[in-house]
Amino acid sequence: MDLNLSGEQQQLVDAFGALYAKESSTERVRAAEPLGHDPNLWARLKENGAVEMAVDEDSGGSGASLLDLALVAEQHGRYLGPAPLVEAQVAARLLARIGSDAARKALAPVLDGTRLVTMALHPPPAGVLPLVPAGAVCDDVIFLDGRRIALFTPDTKRQAVGNIGSLPLADLEVPASMVVLASGEGAERLFEEARREWMILMANALVGIGTRSIEIGVEYVKERKAFGVPIGTFQAVSHGLAAAVTAVEGGMLLAREAAWSAEVEPERTPELAPLAFGFNAESAREASYRSLHYHGGYGFMVEYDIQLYFRRAKAWPSQFVEPDVAFGQAAAHRLAAAAKGA
Amino acid sequence: MDFRLGEHSDAFRAEARAFLDEALTPEVKAQMEETGIHHNWDFHRKLVERGWLAPGWPVEYGGQGRDRLEVLAFAEEFQRAGAPTYGTGTTLMIANVIRLIGTEEQKKLILPRALGGEIIIVLGFTEPESGSDVAAAQARAVRDGDEWVINGQKMFTTNAQDADYVFMLTRTNPDVPKHQGLTTFLVPLKQPGVEIRAVHTLSGERTNLTFYTDVRVDDGMRIGEVDGGWEVMTVGLTFERSGAQGGESVRLLSAMEHWAATTTDEHGHPRSEDPSIRARLGRAAAENEVSTLLARRSAWVESTQGTSGVEGSMGKLFASEAITRQGADFMDMLGPDGLRSMGDPTAIEDGAAEYSFRFALGATTYGGTSEIQRTIIAQRGLGLPRSR
Ligand SMILES: Cc1cc2nc3c(=O)[nH]c(=O)nc-3n(C[C@H](O)[C@H](O)[C@H](O)COP(=O)(O)OP(=O)(O)OC[C@H]3O[C@@H](n4cnc5c(N)ncnc54)[C@H](O)[C@@H]3O)c2cc1C
Repeated sequence: MDLNLSGEQQQLVDAFGALYAKESSTERVRAAEPLGHDPNLWARLKENGAVEMAVDEDSGGSGASLLDLALVAEQHGRYLGPAPLVEAQVAARLLARIGSDAARKALAPVLDGTRLVTMALHPPPAGVLPLVPAGAVCDDVIFLDGRRIALFTPDTKRQAVGNIGSLPLADLEVPASMVVLASGEGAERLFEEARREWMILMANALVGIGTRSIEIGVEYVKERKAFGVPIGTFQAVSHGLAAAVTAVEGGMLLAREAAWSAEVEPERTPELAPLAFGFNAESAREASYRSLHYHGGYGFMVEYDIQLYFRRAKAWPSQFVEPDVAFGQAAAHRLAAAAKGA
Repeated sequence: MDFRLGEHSDAFRAEARAFLDEALTPEVKAQMEETGIHHNWDFHRKLVERGWLAPGWPVEYGGQGRDRLEVLAFAEEFQRAGAPTYGTGTTLMIANVIRLIGTEEQKKLILPRALGGEIIIVLGFTEPESGSDVAAAQARAVRDGDEWVINGQKMFTTNAQDADYVFMLTRTNPDVPKHQGLTTFLVPLKQPGVEIRAVHTLSGERTNLTFYTDVRVDDGMRIGEVDGGWEVMTVGLTFERSGAQGGESVRLLSAMEHWAATTTDEHGHPRSEDPSIRARLGRAAAENEVSTLLARRSAWVESTQGTSGVEGSMGKLFASEAITRQGADFMDMLGPDGLRSMGDPTAIEDGAAEYSFRFALGATTYGGTSEIQRTIIAQRGLGLPRSR
C-alpha cells in the first residue's frame, strides 16, 4: 500500500493547483455566473493539456491515467472551476475508445482545441436531451441513442437553463440528422464505461469541494467570536466539522481508489465508481452545509464564498443521479457478482 | 499510489482465513453467544500454537516480525469472522506498553507468559465516577514499604473473570492537578480483596464491576514512574484506536445481501431487485469501504512514520457511527421480521440486524466515545481551540 502521490503526480497537482489559483479565483468564479463558463480558464486548461492528457497516446493524446485525471479533478472542485473539464475529458476518451472513422474525425478538433465536445448523461425521453452538462457552451454533443452512440451539433439558438449550481446546462433538441459513431452492444458498454468515468471524476471533484469547504469553515470558526470566545471552542461547532472532515477524508480515499482501480483492479471499478460518487455527493454536501451554517447569518450572504461551494456541492452530482440510485447500482453489481461466484 | 496491501498481506490473509475456518468452530461461537465472553482459552492457545498471538512483534519476543499491513490484513479477517479477540487485544496492548517502557524484570516476568498464551491482562481505567475523563480516576494506591495498597472500584473491567492481571490506573497523589497524581500498576487479580461482579450489556457482551479492598501489589509491578501514570496512558491509549475497523459491518452486510439474494417479497418479486433495498445495501457498502480504507490509511501511516495522528480516531469514529446507522436501517429494511431475535429459530439471517442495532452502541462508547474522538479530530486534526 502506498497512499503517497508519485513525484509526477505531485507535479501535476501543483501545476494545476497553481493554474486554478490564478485563473479560477472566487472573483473569477463569481464573474462567470450565472452561465458558469469562463472562456479564459478553459483556454488555459486546454493549453496545459487538460483535454489531451485524457486521451491515450495512440489516439493522439498524452495518455494520463484515470487516477491522474482524478487528481486534477480534485483541484477543479477545490477551485470550483467554471469550465467543462470533466465532461470534455470523458467525451474525448469515449471518442478515442470508439475509434471508428467518424469518431476519429470528431476527436481531431477536440485535441487541437478548436471544438468542445461534451456528453449527455441521460437518454432523450422525448427528442430532447435534458440538462446536458456544458450543453449551453459545447460545439457538439455525444449521446446514447438506443443502442448506438451518436453525435450532433446543437442548435445555436439553444438557451442555457438557469440552475442552482451556475452550470452551463441546456436542454438540447435532437435533430433529424446526426453522425453515428458506434452501434450495437459494444456501443452501450462503451457509453456505460464513459458514464462510470464521469462518476469517478465527479467524485474526485466533490472531494475538492468538501476539502475546501472544511478549510473555509475552520478558518472562520477560529476567528469569529461569540460569548467572548472563538466559536470553534463550542463542540456543537467543532464536532460538526470533525465529523464532516472524517467523511471527506474517507471519501477522498474511496474516490482515489475508484480511479486507481480502473487500471489495476478493473473488476472492482463498476462497484467502486457509484460508491465513490454517491458517498462524496453526500460528504461534500454535508461539509459545505456545516461550514455555511457555522458562518451564521454571514454564510447566508451572497458576499461570503461558502455559498459558492454549498450550491455546487449539491448541483454538480445532481446532473447525474441522486446518491441512492448510485448506491443501488453498486449493490446490483455486488449481488450479481456474488451470484456468479456462488 | 497503490491501494493493495501487498502480496505478503494477501498470503497472510489467506492463511488467517484457513485458520478461522478450522478454529472458529460453531462451539466457540455458541459459547461466545451464551456467555457473552469474547475470550476463549482454546482459541487463544491455538493462536499461540500457530505463533500468531502477536504476529507483528519482533521474533525475539515470540512474534513473527510481520509488518503493520500484514497484521492489519490478519486483524480484518478476525474481525469480519467475529472471532473472540477482546482478551487477546487488551493483553497485547499492555504487553506492548511493558515492552516499550517496562523494567527488564517486568519484561521477563510478563512477556513470555503473555505471548505464550498463559495469562491475559485486562484494562482498569473506567470508574463509577469517571470514564471519558479517564484522568479523574480515584482508585487509591498508597505506598507501604515495598508494596502498595489499593482501594477502590473499577467499571467495565471486561474479561476480569478470566484474567491474571488488571492494568490499573490509580491515584497516588490527590493534592496535585489530576493528571499529575496518577500511577499505573499491573495488579494480580487472583488474590484476596478482589471482587469481580458480572455486568450484562445490551449486546450480550459480558463485562464486570471490580472492587478492590486492601489489595496489595509489589512496587516491582508499577509501570512507569510514581505519579507518571498519565505518560504511560498516552502510550497505551494510542494502541486502542489503531487496528482493523468495520469488520462487524462487513459481516452484517453480507448477511443482508444473502437475504436480498435468496428471498422474494409478498408479490413474489426478488428482493435483490427492489430499488429501496438496493439503495440501503449500497449505502452500507460505501460506508464499509470507507471504514476499511480509513483503518488501512492509519496502519499505513504508522508503518511509514512510526506513529499515526488522528487517522486512528477517524477510523474508529466513522466505523462505529456507520454500524449504528446500519443496524437501524437494516431493521427497517426487514420490516416487522427485523424484530425476530438472534438465537430465535425464526430470525432473519440469525438476527444479524437486530444484533448490530444493539452491538453498535458499545462500539461508539468503548475505546473513547464518539464525542472524545471528534474532540481529538477537531483539536489535533483541524487545529481548533480546546473545547469547553
Ligand atoms: C462493552 C464495554 C466494554 C468496556 N470495557 C472496558 C474495559 O475493559 N476497561 C475499561 O477501563 N473501560 C471499559 N469500558 C468503559 C468505556 O471506556 C467507557 O464507558 C467510556 O470511556 C465512556 O465513559 P463513561 O461510560 O463513564 O461515560 P461518560 O464519560 O460519563 O460519558 C457520558 C456521555 O458524555 C459524553 N462526554 C463525556 N465527556 C465529554 C466531553 N468532554 N465532551 C463531550 N462529550 C462528553 C460521552 O461522549 C458520553 O456520550 C467499556 C465500556 C463498554 C460499553
